[in-house]
Amino acid sequence: MAIPQLQNTKPKVKMTKESPSLKGTLASVFLLGFFLMFTWISIYFLFLDRL
Amino acid sequence: MNETMKVDRRDAKLAMAHIYVAFIALALGGFAGLLQVLVRSGKFTLPANISYYTILTTHGVLLGLVLTTFFIIGFQFAAMSRTAGTFSNQVRTWGWVGFWMMTIGTAMTAFFILIGEASVLFTFYAPLQAHPGFYLGLTLVVVGSWISGFTMFAHYAKWKKANPGKTSPLLTFMSVANMILWLVCTLGVAATVLIQLLPWSLGLIDRINVLVSRTLFWYFGHPLVYFWLLPAYMVWYVVIPKIIGGKIFSDALARLSFILFLFFSIPVGFHHQLLEPGIDPFWKYVQVILTFMVVIPSLMTAFSMFATFEMYGRSKGATGLFGWLRKLPWGDARFFAPFVGMLFFIPAGAGGLVNASHQLNQVVHNTIWVTGHFHLTLATTVVLTFFGAAYWLIPHLTGRVMTKTMNRLAIVQTVVWAIGMCFMSGSMHFAGLLGAPRRSAFSTYGNSPQALEWIPYQIAQAIGGTILFIGIILVLVIVTNLAFFAPKGETEFPVGEVAETAERTPLVFENWKLWIGITVALILIAYTIPFIDMIQNAPPGSKGYKLW
Amino acid sequence: MHIHKYEKIWLFFGIGSLFVFLTIIGVSAFAQGNQPPSCLTTIDPEKVDETPPFNKPGLVKTGDNEYQLNIVASAFAYTPNQIEIPKGAKVTINVTTKDVIHGFEMAGTNVNMMVEPGYVNSFTKTFNKTGQYTIVCNEYCGAGHHMMTAKVKVVNKQ
Repeated sequence: MAIPQLQNTKPKVKMTKESPSLKGTLASVFLLGFFLMFTWISIYFLFLDRL
Repeated sequence: MNETMKVDRRDAKLAMAHIYVAFIALALGGFAGLLQVLVRSGKFTLPANISYYTILTTHGVLLGLVLTTFFIIGFQFAAMSRTAGTFSNQVRTWGWVGFWMMTIGTAMTAFFILIGEASVLFTFYAPLQAHPGFYLGLTLVVVGSWISGFTMFAHYAKWKKANPGKTSPLLTFMSVANMILWLVCTLGVAATVLIQLLPWSLGLIDRINVLVSRTLFWYFGHPLVYFWLLPAYMVWYVVIPKIIGGKIFSDALARLSFILFLFFSIPVGFHHQLLEPGIDPFWKYVQVILTFMVVIPSLMTAFSMFATFEMYGRSKGATGLFGWLRKLPWGDARFFAPFVGMLFFIPAGAGGLVNASHQLNQVVHNTIWVTGHFHLTLATTVVLTFFGAAYWLIPHLTGRVMTKTMNRLAIVQTVVWAIGMCFMSGSMHFAGLLGAPRRSAFSTYGNSPQALEWIPYQIAQAIGGTILFIGIILVLVIVTNLAFFAPKGETEFPVGEVAETAERTPLVFENWKLWIGITVALILIAYTIPFIDMIQNAPPGSKGYKLW
Repeated sequence: MHIHKYEKIWLFFGIGSLFVFLTIIGVSAFAQGNQPPSCLTTIDPEKVDETPPFNKPGLVKTGDNEYQLNIVASAFAYTPNQIEIPKGAKVTINVTTKDVIHGFEMAGTNVNMMVEPGYVNSFTKTFNKTGQYTIVCNEYCGAGHHMMTAKVKVVNKQ
């Protein structure tokens, strides 16, 4: 079976590179972060508008 | 390894007892919720003079306090038995004592609510005064949960003794952290109930300090929501990686985030009291800062979750920035339900930041936006994760297996829930921004043009709420099947392993004396001066009122 | 403890944003005076009717274009419940309760306060536009909670 082997060898390769590729994770959390900022800023401006 | 793979049958019975009560509460509380959205649409009135507020109190107490506390304690008992070994007879007996105290307390509380003696909502703000039986019932629930907490501590201590110098199993560690959080925060609600509300409702004291009572309630009320959330995080951190076939991203970071929750989820109650007259704005702002600190462990969790998914997807040969998303087991309800819960936590977190932002709270405070907010956090993120957990936990405990049909039904259930919640919570958020108040029966406020604008949103809430009630029926069908009718067999209690790339967990995490010390210090910093101020500059106290 | 490089970037950005938010609301609150309502004045809730200014609730002119609006909340009404405010007026709204906790929300504005027995709560707003606002009780106070309301009209000065 190819898959278990893949699982077994991959982390070792990663160990030498020190950290796994997490580009997608970085992109995802930043999308999340921008959504949080967008919401917060929208309500902040609503507050200012109602002052 | 010292871990047992299967929860002992006797421990399983204890855990299942809690889960039965939790789902009975879901059925009754969910029905109450359906009545509420229908009433608020303006198209329906309750028969036989039943009060909207009696139904609302039932809904809040059953779903906010009973469903959550029972499911969490049952889940944690199972998780500890699974990861730290079978309970001793003594631990199990005390677990049952806790269960029965909580159950009797719940029955008592529910009785006084349903006969209309306690329409005070689940926040029971003085000087509205409920029947003493309501407060006594709540006391039994809390004390019962304390007993369960101490049995968990005893079990953990036994494991530590048997495994000196070792890092405890992650699920056990997390359960202990959550119960410490619960014990420290329930001291506040116990204080207001036992020292203030109960003697006052019995007529032993005449008057009550309203602000002190509210402050003690919210000292408990915010960590309460983290007590709900942390078991969901346990599932996300430990169980989900195993279900998808991946690894835990980092054991140490998971523990760190739980310790940060312990620190920062308690000294933040003022962010529920931002618009109150009796608290200095400086101290409100201090607690706003601390509230923002509690966001940090959730930011860490978001990263860990995406990383777990991406590492797994890439190990399966995924390419591109988001190719790993396609490798996830979308057809497995044990993954799908909690995953949808995670997605809903993004708008939930965004709303939470707004709520806690000092003066921005004026835009949303006590509007139905807030109701929309906690129907994302609790009623979607946490509850969908609990449902997802129930899909393997119940068959594991009852020695059955989930059939393909039930799994498919569970996927449908999740979709139904997501759609219903988009309608209900979405329209609550928008109506809230227009000013529609929460916790109010249908009213046009004397045909005010503004109030008439809210009605379409209330109809959307009724549609969403009805869809959600269908979701409740579906989950009850699945749970009943898993508990009583599913084919016999072995179901795994999935517990993830740590990724090889992750570093070893430092032992410092087990230093509870240090963590509790810091927790207490933060509480004292945030609360001592404003609390003394409240007592020293207190106005005359209030007599009790029964205005329903 | 080892933390992935990307996680460091994310936490730096995330925690940084939290501090930016805190700074914005902090400056707005402490330097520009946009504090949430925190009046800190106490009152005997059973003697509200005898205590000025709540013995004569209503709109009082206190200066050039400056007003005080004193309102008494009780189950399930505000006194007064029909209020006219001249356009452009800077109004300090003082409100207290004779019985249980009430809310005081002028729907669609930043006027939103908790009204608790024993305390006066207060908020100042300038009314620059004519129109009508609905005041609603947004904290549960009993069977008639959803009937508790008042109307504010902002009108052109004669």
